[in-house]
Amino acid sequence: MESTTNTRKVPYKKSSKQDIFESPDFYKIDDLLSEEHLMIRESIRDFVKKEISPYIEDWAENNHFPLHIVKLFGEIGAFGPFIPEKYGGQGMDYISYGLIMQEIERGDSGMRSTASVQGSLVMYPIYTFGSEDQKNKYLPKLASGEMLGCFGLTESDFGSDPGGMKTHFEDKGDHYLLNGTKMWISNSPDADIAVVWAKNESGRMKGLIVERGMEGFTAPVIHGKWSLRASSTGELVFDNVKIPKENLLPGKDGLGAPMMCLDSARYGIAWGTIGAAMDCYDAAKRYALERIQFDKPIASFQLTQKKLAEMLTEITKGQLLNWRLGTLMDQGKATSAQISMAKRNSVEVALNVAREARQIHGGMGITNEYPIMRHMMNLESVLTYEGTHDIHLLILGHEITGIPAFK
Amino acid sequence: MKILVCITHVPDTTSRIAFTDGDTKFDSNGVQYIIGPYDDYAVARAVELKESQGATITVVNVGRVETEPTIRKALAIGADDAIRINAEPEDSYFVAKQIANVAKDSGYDLILMGRESIDFNGGVVHGIVGELLEIPSVSSVMKLDIDGNVAKIAREIEGGKEYIELEMPFVAGCQEPIAEWKIPNMRGIMTARSKPLNVVDPVDTDHLDKLVRFELPPPKGDIKMIDPEHMEELVSLLKNEAKVL
Repeated sequence: MESTTNTRKVPYKKSSKQDIFESPDFYKIDDLLSEEHLMIRESIRDFVKKEISPYIEDWAENNHFPLHIVKLFGEIGAFGPFIPEKYGGQGMDYISYGLIMQEIERGDSGMRSTASVQGSLVMYPIYTFGSEDQKNKYLPKLASGEMLGCFGLTESDFGSDPGGMKTHFEDKGDHYLLNGTKMWISNSPDADIAVVWAKNESGRMKGLIVERGMEGFTAPVIHGKWSLRASSTGELVFDNVKIPKENLLPGKDGLGAPMMCLDSARYGIAWGTIGAAMDCYDAAKRYALERIQFDKPIASFQLTQKKLAEMLTEITKGQLLNWRLGTLMDQGKATSAQISMAKRNSVEVALNVAREARQIHGGMGITNEYPIMRHMMNLESVLTYEGTHDIHLLILGHEITGIPAFK
Repeated sequence: MKILVCITHVPDTTSRIAFTDGDTKFDSNGVQYIIGPYDDYAVARAVELKESQGATITVVNVGRVETEPTIRKALAIGADDAIRINAEPEDSYFVAKQIANVAKDSGYDLILMGRESIDFNGGVVHGIVGELLEIPSVSSVMKLDIDGNVAKIAREIEGGKEYIELEMPFVAGCQEPIAEWKIPNMRGIMTARSKPLNVVDPVDTDHLDKLVRFELPPPKGDIKMIDPEHMEELVSLLKNEAKVL
């Protein structure tokens, strides 16, 4: 298959504006981080300022996924940093992974989606459920950015209810025969491999690795998105695709397997979206101090100060929640419900901060002179992907009461 | 090839500068520290030379324990080991003497550093180190290629560039565009933790000067806006108030 999204011939338009982002740290949360964590964060921040910020408005405006970023993410080490070194990862802890996601999404949620999917939804299941041969074959190339992966769970009629999926495979003796369609798949149009969840003859869900070029496999682009415009999104269509038997993930089956992947990804989103919120806050604070109305900066007006104070309060709460969740992840104690709470909280905080920041920017806030509107539109996707806002609420409701409300 | 890169631990270029103790001490409260930007070019070029023709890189810093995160960053970028000389970098002669002491008899082919630090901007350490070791020193080096035992160098001079060749060993004070700053990748950060960082005591050194006090430049004055229709007012202000005409 040829790349379907990366067809642009004109060079990228580099912004003349310098990215001078500084992160708020009102509660001295940096003191909770190690020297290494701080270096990781600064490195990814420098990387984003150099490789993403100067171009992101152009990519988003032109609905362009910059395929070269995959190799650059690989070089900096943003793909699956928690995967052990022997498989090409960095053997990093979950606080480090969170910080990496925070800084990339500070740049753009679409860019973070590319990295999240590769790390948590492709490398994680291959590492956790894959055979030794599968790990050796795919993980180093995914870590280095030589390969791009995607994750196929959602279908057009099965979003919050993935257990109802129609995609299925049959055992044909020397191979499996896969049929079905997946929808809303980040990275799919440019992906080299897809980790696909499908049911076998007895209705049991299993993971299969589908490679680009297999006969009957296509990945059409979804057009017309007003969100995550610098990330590629598509379908996965399987029309009697013959899958070699060694491509089945042997380690785990049932809905619990993809849910474990989603936990890892949702954890990254919890950190990432606070990154987006910090970018909006930083931009709004600067703008409020520079913009003069009635002969004084608008930052001197009480209603602007209220907005900034509330933004900083919510960001600080989100930072603390994420940090604590990270320590629980590293201790192996984090629960899915705790991850749901953090993902849900962070996205809501980020969207509210983006909306308030938009107001502070006035008309300028709707242009690509500032990152606000792009973040806001991106976050509208993040609000409902990887578990909708409402589903995460109901996961918490289930946790509190012991009664599931959505089944 | 053995390369020694000398790095400073300096306030981030966006820091607000203030002094304490009767204007005799820099106020480090709330200041973020970085590798000196010119030193960072020297580190980057050393790593490029290591990648292209093989080398071992040692970084050295004169500083107290708080400089170690800065040293670790140089290790993460690609240096092999590090030496911290456990002392305040009090003045240029003191620092040069410490570096020369570490470098003598260690067989470094190249001693690289920034053309100047960006805190006190002395710009003389490379020269003094060269003198103390009795080897050549060049600055400000914009281009550095090694061919066998000979270095081909372009250095900035007033109004142009000078191209020179000299044999190793020598000391070079570096500046842009000798290399592009390198961002440490995650692999580099994880391996930096296990690279040796040796702490050594300083040698006794005379102080050739004594700090009296620092003084900040006067604050910028207010801007006066003048209506373009009233140019005579601008001329009058420039003549009588600013006294520049």
